[in-house]
Amino acid sequence: MMPVVLWTDALLWLLVAGVAGYALYARKRPHLRAPWRRVTRSTAGMISAVVLAAFVAVGLLDSLHYRPALEKNDAEGRTVYAVEVRSALDALIEPLRVRTEKTYSAPLATRAYAKETVDLADGTVAREFPRLRNGGAHLASEDARGRDVLLRAALGLAAAGVAWIAIACAVVWRLARTRGTGFGSMWGSVWRAETEVPWAAMLVTVGCMFGLAFPVAFLSTGYHVLGTDKVGQDVLYLSLKSIRTALVIGGLTTLVMLPFAVLLGISAGYFKGWVDDAIQYLYTTLNSIPAVLLIAAAVLMMQVYIDSRPELFPTAAQRADLRLLFLAIILGLTSWTGLARLLRGETLKLRELEYIQAARAFGVGDGRIITRHILPNVMHLVMIALVMDFSGLVLAEAVLSYVGVGVDPTMTSFGTMINSARLELAREPMVWWALAAAFAFMFTLVLAANLFADAVRDAFDPRTRVGVRGAAAGRAA
Amino acid sequence: MTAYIVRRLLYALPILVGVNLITFALFFVVNTPDDMARMQLGAKRVTPEAIEKWKAERGYDRPLLWNGSAAGAGKLTDTIFFQKSVRLFAFDFGNADDGRNIRHEIVSRMVPSLALAIPVFLIGIAVNVTFAMLMAFFRATYIDFWGVVLAVSMMSISTLFYIIGGQYLVSKVWSLVPISGYQPGLDSARFVLLPVLIGVVSGIGGGARWYRTVFLEEMGRDYVRTARAKGLAETAVLFRHVLKNAMIPILTGAVVVIPLLFMGSLLAESFFGIPGLGSYTIDAIQAQDFAVVRSMVFLGSFLYIVGLVLTDISYTLVDPRVRFE
Amino acid sequence: MAAAVGAVAGCGDVWNDPYPAAERGSNTFYSSFIERPKTLDPARSYTADEWGFTSQVYEPPLQYHYLKRPYELVPQTATDVPRARLFDRDARELPADSPPDRVAYSEYEIRIKPGIRYQPHPAFAVDASGKPLYLDLPESEIRKRHTLADFEQPGTRELTAEDYVYQIKRLAHPRVNSPIFGHMSEYIVGLQELGATLKAENARLADQHRARYGPADTGLPWIDLRDFPLAGAEVIDAHTYRVRIKGKYPQFAYWLAMPFFAPMPVEADRFYSQRGMNDGRNLTLDWYPVGTGPYMLTENNPNARMVLERNPHFRGEPYPAEGEAGDREAGLLADAGKAAPFIDRVVYTREKEGIPYWNKFLQGYYDQSGIASDNFDQAVRIDLDGEANLTPEMEARGIRLRTSVGTSTFYLAFNHLDPVVGGLSEQARKLRQAISIAVDWEEFISIFQNGRGIPGMGPIPPGIFGYRDGKGGVNPVVYEWIDGRPQRKPLETAKRLLAEAGFPDGRDAKTGQPLVLYLDTVQRGPGDKPRLDWYRRQFAKLGIQLEIRATDWNRFQEKIRQGNTQLFFLGWNADYPDPENFMFLLNGPQARAKTGGENASNYQNPEYDRLFEQMKNMENGPARQAVIDRMLEIAREDAPWVWGFHPKEYALSHDWLANVKPNQMARNGLKFYRLDAAQREAERSAWNRPVLWPLALVLAAIVLGTIPAVRAYRRRERAAARPAQRAA
Repeated sequence: MMPVVLWTDALLWLLVAGVAGYALYARKRPHLRAPWRRVTRSTAGMISAVVLAAFVAVGLLDSLHYRPALEKNDAEGRTVYAVEVRSALDALIEPLRVRTEKTYSAPLATRAYAKETVDLADGTVAREFPRLRNGGAHLASEDARGRDVLLRAALGLAAAGVAWIAIACAVVWRLARTRGTGFGSMWGSVWRAETEVPWAAMLVTVGCMFGLAFPVAFLSTGYHVLGTDKVGQDVLYLSLKSIRTALVIGGLTTLVMLPFAVLLGISAGYFKGWVDDAIQYLYTTLNSIPAVLLIAAAVLMMQVYIDSRPELFPTAAQRADLRLLFLAIILGLTSWTGLARLLRGETLKLRELEYIQAARAFGVGDGRIITRHILPNVMHLVMIALVMDFSGLVLAEAVLSYVGVGVDPTMTSFGTMINSARLELAREPMVWWALAAAFAFMFTLVLAANLFADAVRDAFDPRTRVGVRGAAAGRAA
Repeated sequence: MTAYIVRRLLYALPILVGVNLITFALFFVVNTPDDMARMQLGAKRVTPEAIEKWKAERGYDRPLLWNGSAAGAGKLTDTIFFQKSVRLFAFDFGNADDGRNIRHEIVSRMVPSLALAIPVFLIGIAVNVTFAMLMAFFRATYIDFWGVVLAVSMMSISTLFYIIGGQYLVSKVWSLVPISGYQPGLDSARFVLLPVLIGVVSGIGGGARWYRTVFLEEMGRDYVRTARAKGLAETAVLFRHVLKNAMIPILTGAVVVIPLLFMGSLLAESFFGIPGLGSYTIDAIQAQDFAVVRSMVFLGSFLYIVGLVLTDISYTLVDPRVRFE
Repeated sequence: MAAAVGAVAGCGDVWNDPYPAAERGSNTFYSSFIERPKTLDPARSYTADEWGFTSQVYEPPLQYHYLKRPYELVPQTATDVPRARLFDRDARELPADSPPDRVAYSEYEIRIKPGIRYQPHPAFAVDASGKPLYLDLPESEIRKRHTLADFEQPGTRELTAEDYVYQIKRLAHPRVNSPIFGHMSEYIVGLQELGATLKAENARLADQHRARYGPADTGLPWIDLRDFPLAGAEVIDAHTYRVRIKGKYPQFAYWLAMPFFAPMPVEADRFYSQRGMNDGRNLTLDWYPVGTGPYMLTENNPNARMVLERNPHFRGEPYPAEGEAGDREAGLLADAGKAAPFIDRVVYTREKEGIPYWNKFLQGYYDQSGIASDNFDQAVRIDLDGEANLTPEMEARGIRLRTSVGTSTFYLAFNHLDPVVGGLSEQARKLRQAISIAVDWEEFISIFQNGRGIPGMGPIPPGIFGYRDGKGGVNPVVYEWIDGRPQRKPLETAKRLLAEAGFPDGRDAKTGQPLVLYLDTVQRGPGDKPRLDWYRRQFAKLGIQLEIRATDWNRFQEKIRQGNTQLFFLGWNADYPDPENFMFLLNGPQARAKTGGENASNYQNPEYDRLFEQMKNMENGPARQAVIDRMLEIAREDAPWVWGFHPKEYALSHDWLANVKPNQMARNGLKFYRLDAAQREAERSAWNRPVLWPLALVLAAIVLGTIPAVRAYRRRERAAARPAQRAA
């Protein structure tokens, strides 16, 4: 296999590295560490952090891309790689991707959802619900389905139990070691909720997630747990693949607009005068354009750029990926102004501080003052903005994709799922599972993000109203 | 104050020019005038002459930004950009690329847009404030806790789901309101009822939570303590003092939005077949009708700026201490 | 809320009626439209949707028989279907079967029925002395008026041959920009020259005008086309005109049934050309048609609705007395001989979304519906013999289904300028044949069209001369005839062909690199994803990697125009029911990349092209069939397209609507529809009883919810009254 690094992959990992780097930096500085420590004490915050971590793990797994090697080598014996790009997640859930049906089938079904003309053994034809190619194909008799489903679910639960106990023991053991207490007493204090960090709640959350994930995994080896869509793809697979799209939009948007916001916001606040005027003019102008129009026009423009230069994007995956990145940039362009304004205000305050005035008096260069003294002290605003905007952006993606100016149509996202699922609601009998799956996954992700954002906001000065930018992205709705 | 407003509006001019330039750049990087002509002329049997003709008729046969062949000021003025922008400032929107008059269209579409947007706005504020007051009143009790949980959950659901679900249940299964469409006059109430309901419900989560923080912030202030210490009943404190003082952030938050109500709500209008300005805009983008997009962007920016000025004015009305410089 | 809804609804039993209460029980037909019509000028409009409106208002001399199939031309305003008279270079008349190369020109003499009158319209209004009232208004007078109704006094007049000739001249008018001008100027004698003359005249006027009003002014003065003679279209007498065609062009009669050849009264053109008419009022021919047809457009609001009303001056066309077999049984002849139209008013509502459209049809608010693929299961089940029937639920509601054979074809084309898939080399041909076998249109039809279509065996759809049914019509490259039906060849055959083409298992035999093909397609939105996934899967069956380049319509068209594609998906709707209109899609000289013609795949096979020239002017008959068979044979072997499918059109209509028969070629059947408004009223109220318990439930929930709140409130008040508080 040949690793492929897509643009969004690189940026997503850069974001992870950036967050990790900031964490290391903040660890050593008590005034930066204190508010984050408050976040870790919030029960709701930490529960949602665990859920978010699960989503992020799926998304990051889906961001390790490669081109699989083809079976036969070329004339000179070199390995030849497929054009198709897959991810580590694809490899992990290979069966979900490969085992497709012809068209719709209900969750855990063994037969298709629509009647079809079938040739019978005696040479006649009949209209009936045909057996699925893969869903429940291992069953000798369909009567055994109920028992089989229960058995698989039970096995899954058992495995979840084992895995959970292992994790819980590992966590408690580690806690006990750092505090130098015995395992038994630590175990007790965790469950009596005597720890500062709500370990008990987090472990229960992990337990619940295992309790869901393991049975689903066990079931999905034999069934389509969430049914299949119009062309027979497993809905569970589509939902899992949508997570990365949501993460990229939610996370990278803030990352890509960061240079603008930081550069312009800080310069406006630091230099004041005409620089400030020019930058304020720029963002008032951008702000005054209705966001949807700006986004739609920019998306169309980017699409034309991509279409007219096919040689730059040899594979569909790269094209879709670049479109996703552009979408993030465009959303960022329409929403950087809020953060820039915040940074400007903060810089205005900081530059009047004595030690900075002193540095200026000693003739320290502007660039040095900004990078040494101002930037580190406004970074927390950036982190908060990242967290705050995440959920709004995920929601905005769905709406934009729905309107047709969102992600590439070949890319799986919650927006594209909802769009096609909407038509399915009008079918009779109704096809509800794709919509339900998109709803459940999206709701969980956004809810967790919102609760985590709340915890972060409460931990910092509650008066820091950083939610403005989210509203800008939300204007798309 | 008049002088201040005039100055603010004059300050808007460079912004509007900038907005126009951005729209123009975005549009023409994508589309050549030829593309627009083809889009409008349809698919069957389109000749190059027809395209030239179409461009000439609508003035798209000039250079985009700089006319090297013209004399003097004509280098700047005899261009698509100048010709198309300058009339906007007189609110002369001209004709859409499909030939229909834009002002005519905007005027006739404004009513349905407002019929939908104003109720959503007013009822939305009323419901959100009520809900937030309840939560603030019962702060730190289970009502407050579950209220916040409910609000956060509600804002974690995509608007798309509210619309899809609402339309399915209320219109299809229960036959309570027409599924889509619009009739002018009083009859319009039946058509906007469901979209308004959905608009209000989908806004409760975010709105109520925001007002709740505003109220709680206000309740933490000294004068509230004093009022309580005087033995004033909690309701009296809440209504007479907290609500009154919280009006400033509520008002200023709301006033910016008012002019933008004209622009219509995009999703609801297209889902419910309401012929308003939101769906006009979306149609124009999809049909790549530059004349309409340009006009709507201009109108949108103008209204945004009006909103900013109105906010400033409303500051002085609720708080006489603020004076214009 | 319940009370509010009930009050607004006006009357109690139905709450979800999307129409005003005043319209209930009226003889009104309800239908819908999706796209805003761009123009209703008959010389310009060229889309089926717009023709849905213009065909009710404008009457070309001919029309298609409402009931008979295959399609047959019958007179509309003409007295009879004109026969072409052929002449040689020396103006000597030739017999009808003369070979095309001897014919210098042909003539059609069209006689129109006397006494046909135009709809009421201010353009015709005259005062007592016969002087037109509104044709020479000063600009100030026009500025006072904003709608057509402000010109208080409508008038009418009789239809004359002059009006038809005037419209033919309009096709060459530089301001009208007719899409068929280029095509027609190849045939109608002198049209090309007229175009040039008018262009010069227009430029002269424009210069004069600009000198007076400035360069930006667009209100150019009217050009009276009567002053410009056209040799190809002449008025003989008040009710007769003659069209002269270069050479022989048997398909011209079909054009005479299209709105392009409808009459245009000179008064109307003059009326709308007055200065100020189009100034912010949309008073143009594009939006306000003037015709002799059964209906006239009375409300034009393309954002919401279009309303047609009965033309009071309409002559009353008799309902056809004969049809094809089965029409009598279907009740389609019950009204034979009665004067149409039967419906007073037609309301088209704009409906952009499919779901509301379908649901409103089920609720009885649309009288007629096509079926979106996703609703198909509910509406239709397919019987063992492949016949579509309604589901029991639909039958119980009295909904009726009518099918008709589409006169269109959808296909996946190979660009013949492409070095890999194009050209007539053996290798490329085998590659195309392999792909043709692998792309399983039967599955496509079943998933995306819900069985509404038949796989294509060639460009010609059923119902058009030249199409062969059964074994004789099977494409032997892709299908085998087994057990009395065509069967797609096994995938192994395709794989073998692919190997022979030099790509065993989808890998280049020489370099070992995987074969990657590019498919260009128009992307309409995120809903396209399943379709794109499906395409990819078809090619993956052969080990070919398919890269899809989805783009917008403009970009797509441009790529095709430049020949800058590899594979692309396209469709064609017939202009007229003649094989020429399909076979020309593969005619080499009309290649898109070279000449801008309709041959988008740029396929070029000299023998095919030679046969095409021969076939195009032949009369239908065994000789023509033989030529077509040979052409199809060539095309199937070369496989320039993956012959896609011909969609089947289904129309559902409610029980109360009678005389509905789908017609692919014409859109003017509305005048023959009849409906039972009383029955519709009864059914609507039965189907739309509002369900009230959810409202009660919501009310109950609110009431119940307040009880604990009130209790908590009391407690709170008591606590707050105490001096010490914990809240802060």
